[in-house]
Amino acid sequence: MLDDFLIRAALAGLGLALAAAPLGCFVAWRRMAFFGDATAHAAILGVALSLALSLPIFAGTLVMALIMALAVGALGGRGLAVDTLLGVLSHSALAAGLVAITFVPGARLDLSAYLFGDILAVTRTDLAVIWGGAALVVALILWRWQRLLTATLSPDLAHASGIDPRREQHVLTLALAVTVAVAIKVVGALLIGAMLLIPAAAARPFARTPEAMALIAAAVGGTAALAGLEAAWLFDTPAGPSMVCAAAVIFLASAAFGRGRG
Amino acid sequence: MSLLSARDLQVTLGGHGVLQGVDFHIDPGEIVTIVGPNGSGKSTLLRSLIGAVRLDRGSVTRAPGLRLGYVPQALRIDPTLPMTVRRFLSLPARVETATARTALREAGAEALEGRQMAGLSGGQFQRVLLARALLNEPQVLLLDEPTQGLDQPGSAAFYRRIEEIRAHLGCAVVMVSHELHVVMSASDRVVCLNGHVCCEGHPETVAQAAEYRALFGTGTHGALALYRHEHTHSHDHADAS
Ligand SMILES: Nc1ncnc2c1ncn2[C@@H]1O[C@H](COP(=O)(O)OP(=O)(O)OP(=O)(O)O)[C@@H](O)[C@H]1O
Ligand SMILES: [Mg+2]
Repeated sequence: MLDDFLIRAALAGLGLALAAAPLGCFVAWRRMAFFGDATAHAAILGVALSLALSLPIFAGTLVMALIMALAVGALGGRGLAVDTLLGVLSHSALAAGLVAITFVPGARLDLSAYLFGDILAVTRTDLAVIWGGAALVVALILWRWQRLLTATLSPDLAHASGIDPRREQHVLTLALAVTVAVAIKVVGALLIGAMLLIPAAAARPFARTPEAMALIAAAVGGTAALAGLEAAWLFDTPAGPSMVCAAAVIFLASAAFGRGRG
Repeated sequence: MSLLSARDLQVTLGGHGVLQGVDFHIDPGEIVTIVGPNGSGKSTLLRSLIGAVRLDRGSVTRAPGLRLGYVPQALRIDPTLPMTVRRFLSLPARVETATARTALREAGAEALEGRQMAGLSGGQFQRVLLARALLNEPQVLLLDEPTQGLDQPGSAAFYRRIEEIRAHLGCAVVMVSHELHVVMSASDRVVCLNGHVCCEGHPETVAQAAEYRALFGTGTHGALALYRHEHTHSHDHADAS
């Protein structure tokens, strides 16, 4: 069954949606959208690194995404407003990655695969990496769920309960880096942020608890992945952007519902 | 032995010295109130006690296995985070519904169980925070301006409730408050803070201290007298919960 590239693509999309949903909720709750973008953009530098050193793409992007996320975390408290700082880092990382990749012979040709994903070319190995990474992210978030929620609600309340909010931040950083590394093949560096944020945002009007929001986000993400793939097949459009468009349509419907009700 | 103590605390925030040489301790069953003008470091002291602030110098010591309940001065819940009051009470440790209901009742918030946190009024929010702080049967309650946003009968009832909770749980209470006249009669000990500890001791002693009068003027002494007057006559306000 895994011989069919469409089946592999669908499974890849579902795997990503599963990992991105709970993580995307934290990205929304903690206002980390820019942080997610900066980490995702650093992945292009990781691609350049992987190609130059003949490493697996997954390894290079994971390393660069981790470095970026840790750097942002460390710089966070100083001087420049965090928004500005993240904007600077995010765009610089993208530009540096695009420049660096031109030095790697032959890489220029398939650059768009790394920017927008190439889900139809997912191999069995890719699929194993994607599902392995997604399982790791989901397991990590489930394990820390109560602590992550408390730290998100208020670092002071977390401290009072003996939880170190910085450690929980590191957990999210790690989960984000793994998700970016997994997602680059599926939706590409430029659209990872969208797959994190849009399903979570679409889930918000229907949820009364954090758990419900994460589950609904997973359903939205999965639906968007399948619908996007279907659209890409029917209209011969790029798959990654089609998936994001499908998610955006669901978000619009949900926002309309939210307004109508609220 | 003290449940919670701090020695020689020095804290700098944003390049600005906030606490210098602050010693503090709280013993079992005591009610201690921290008073001081805005920006005098009261919240910072409480946050140091829970371990949320990096200390430049000094140390905070907790009795082994100490159970803390903390009500922060300000907490805003992001509206993108859906959270019912019931769910909030189960963070970080999940609690039985019966336990949650008891805590809500003790805090005068029994009707709020199914409401969204982001939709609560300031006073309702405050009650829910208190309910959460009571869940683990704390040995020390740290309350940072717990009556802000409460209406006046609500505030009076709140202080009475704190007394009841202390009697019932036997917990110590550390409170920050600007309601000097109420505080003075409700506490066993008052600490007057202004970056450092200006003076501390029995409420009557502190009210007479020159350092305290320099900060709050003699007007508060008048308020204290006024409160004593009220106190003898008005034990019958309605318990508005
Ligand atoms: N995170 C922070 N960064 C920089 N400065 C801070 C921070 N938190 C507090 N401060 C400063 O520390 C000082 C003490 O603040 P704190 O909140 O402890 O005062 P407070 O006594 O609780 O005041 P209030 O009565 O207004 O609640 C103030 O000058 C405040 O500006
Ligand atoms: Mg304060």
